[in-house]
Amino acid sequence: MNQEMKEHVKAALRSGVRLDGRKLEEFRPITIETGMISTAEGSARVKFGEAEVLAGLKMAVERPYPDQPDSGTLMVNAELLPMSSPEFESGPPSMDSIETSRVIDRGIRESKAMDTKVLCIEKGEKVWSMAVDVVPINYGGNLIDMGGLAAIAAIKSAFYPLLLEDGTVDYHQKTKQKVKMSAHPIPVTICKIGDLLFVDPTDEEEKAVEARLTVTSIDEDKICSLQKGGDSPLTVEDFEKMIDLALKKAKEIRKILDGVK
Amino acid sequence: MGELLAKEKEVVVPGQVLAKGMDFLPSHGTYRLGEEVIVNRLGVLSVEGKVLKTTPLAGRYIPKNDDIVIGKIFDILMSGWRLDIESAYSAMLPLKDASFDYIAKGSDLSKYFALDDYVVLKIVNVTSQNLVDVSAKGQGLRKLRGGRIIRVNSAKVPRIIGKKGSMVSLIKEATDCKIVVGQNGLVWLQGSPEMEVLAVKAIKMIEDLAHKQGLTQQVSDFLKGEKK
Amino acid sequence: MTFKRPSKRKNDEPRKIEAEVGVIKKADGSARFKIGDTEALAAVYGPRELHPRFLQDPKKGILRCSYSMMPFSGDGSRVRPGPSRRSKEISLVSEKALIPVLDLSDYPNTVVDVFIELPQTDAGSRCAGICAASMALADAGLVMKDMVAAISVGMVRDTLVVDLDGDEEHLDDNEAADIPIAMIPSTKEITLLQMDGIVSKKNLKKAIELVIPVLADIAQAQRNALLNRYNR
Repeated sequence: MNQEMKEHVKAALRSGVRLDGRKLEEFRPITIETGMISTAEGSARVKFGEAEVLAGLKMAVERPYPDQPDSGTLMVNAELLPMSSPEFESGPPSMDSIETSRVIDRGIRESKAMDTKVLCIEKGEKVWSMAVDVVPINYGGNLIDMGGLAAIAAIKSAFYPLLLEDGTVDYHQKTKQKVKMSAHPIPVTICKIGDLLFVDPTDEEEKAVEARLTVTSIDEDKICSLQKGGDSPLTVEDFEKMIDLALKKAKEIRKILDGVK
Repeated sequence: MGELLAKEKEVVVPGQVLAKGMDFLPSHGTYRLGEEVIVNRLGVLSVEGKVLKTTPLAGRYIPKNDDIVIGKIFDILMSGWRLDIESAYSAMLPLKDASFDYIAKGSDLSKYFALDDYVVLKIVNVTSQNLVDVSAKGQGLRKLRGGRIIRVNSAKVPRIIGKKGSMVSLIKEATDCKIVVGQNGLVWLQGSPEMEVLAVKAIKMIEDLAHKQGLTQQVSDFLKGEKK
Repeated sequence: MTFKRPSKRKNDEPRKIEAEVGVIKKADGSARFKIGDTEALAAVYGPRELHPRFLQDPKKGILRCSYSMMPFSGDGSRVRPGPSRRSKEISLVSEKALIPVLDLSDYPNTVVDVFIELPQTDAGSRCAGICAASMALADAGLVMKDMVAAISVGMVRDTLVVDLDGDEEHLDDNEAADIPIAMIPSTKEITLLQMDGIVSKKNLKKAIELVIPVLADIAQAQRNALLNRYNR
């Protein structure tokens, strides 16, 4: 985006009316659906307006890491599918997709919401490994927030597959055993252009963003991961305002998630 | 006698049989297979006597001489600029057609047009090799400063512009926005933030309903309703 | 002994089909095709300039398909992201299945990219992918003489059945023979044909006969999806 057009985005923000008509602290309408992917142990479709992502959880039985013989594993991965935007290219994961994956992964991992000890089947021998994959279907910016929410909703909706006596898994038979989480870590990214802070950037707004901070929280007082992005620095005052705004927004989103099975 | 199986103004799709018998003749968007005339491009059917043709409903922009388009600079060469015009092929803006000023060889071309700048252009030549030459010299042709760009299906541009520009004038008057509609489906807008949002909504509405009748009234009602 | 299908379908009955176009907003054309629990999404980008230059064809645009299963879409454990030998082969045969209907002669030196993604699969994924891709190409406004419809037909316990599902594929230790077919309905020309398993010459001919009317129905479902975008 050229400088004059960035100025135009900034002027719109300053007037309090964004390019799509939203206010600065307003998310697009959020919808969460779960359990639509028959082949996944847990799945979710999250839409922010027209932007859409899918997340699916697959589980498998694996040998634990030698240094953590009684812990299962959890991993989150995001792929920027070339299907979802002309700006994504085929080939090895881009820096953006790696950052997105890692920020979502860290938010969930560090929240300790998923007790990996529960995933142990036989100490030193067999543990459950959980892999959550996040893919945009209709890319529309703010992939960390959308993907993070979808990943949590997918885990929340999941049931263990049937573990057979020989230690293999029958994926065609789901048990009634739910995957348990003690909390719902929600990432909220606050963007900054000039001295203006706003949430839920579209892909167009993202091109003009100068700095951003992703705050993942499990409740109004507990923050479990941070990621500062963008080329510009943040002042300490910015940082404080961003944390407050992120926690306020996370609370609203958590309420929507609580209404989902 | 041949039999016509679809109606004028109907949306038709590839593989659809339009007519049986040898009386009907295929044209744009249709072809003959044995006794039948079949559609080979998504479009709206028009029946002109015995000739069956379609007007496309989708597809990337195909450059034509004298079209006014909006292009985005993606490369600066010694001899001029290359622009993305939302077509299968990029366009070339040579030095001599860039400005009424004399541009000396070797001068800093980004002073005229820099990367990521949007420019209103006229298509001056499309060669058989699909090389597209454009000019930025002429009435209304210029670099677009500020504002925003939205993308619409280029097949719907004639409806957005309207008869003699009536539709786009309606939106300009109602919203007080400056609007440039490129034949290639890029639309530039500049106005107050609220009014830009309204203008974009109106344009998207025309894009969605382009194949329907009575659109001008609907857009006019929409703009009146939203402004209240 | 006659074979009863686990799903209680008739032998020439495909699973329930859902089809729609315009599902991916940023694409030039897009579609979703779901048959039973197998679902394919396809997005078309182009025609657009093709680089590097040596890949270009100066006479016409080229078609480039990319088939990919989403990591959670397999009926077993996670599918690793990125191309595999299997996905590359399917990309190739999908391309060959679609090229015969397309006329890209107006677009020399360009490429039309088709990305096929499967959110979930239960057998027949390459056929679902081809169906979705064909709808997406039509939605993109490209010149094509017909849709390409695809489905599998197979031999399960000496019985010919259309559109094998996962349960049928896995019967008796994956003994079933599976024949994915794609066809141009107006000319009845075959554009994809593969097989694994053992089938007699006579049964092979019967299999093709069995599947032709089903493919005509699928093509109609594809066309209806395109019409629905404009006629609602």
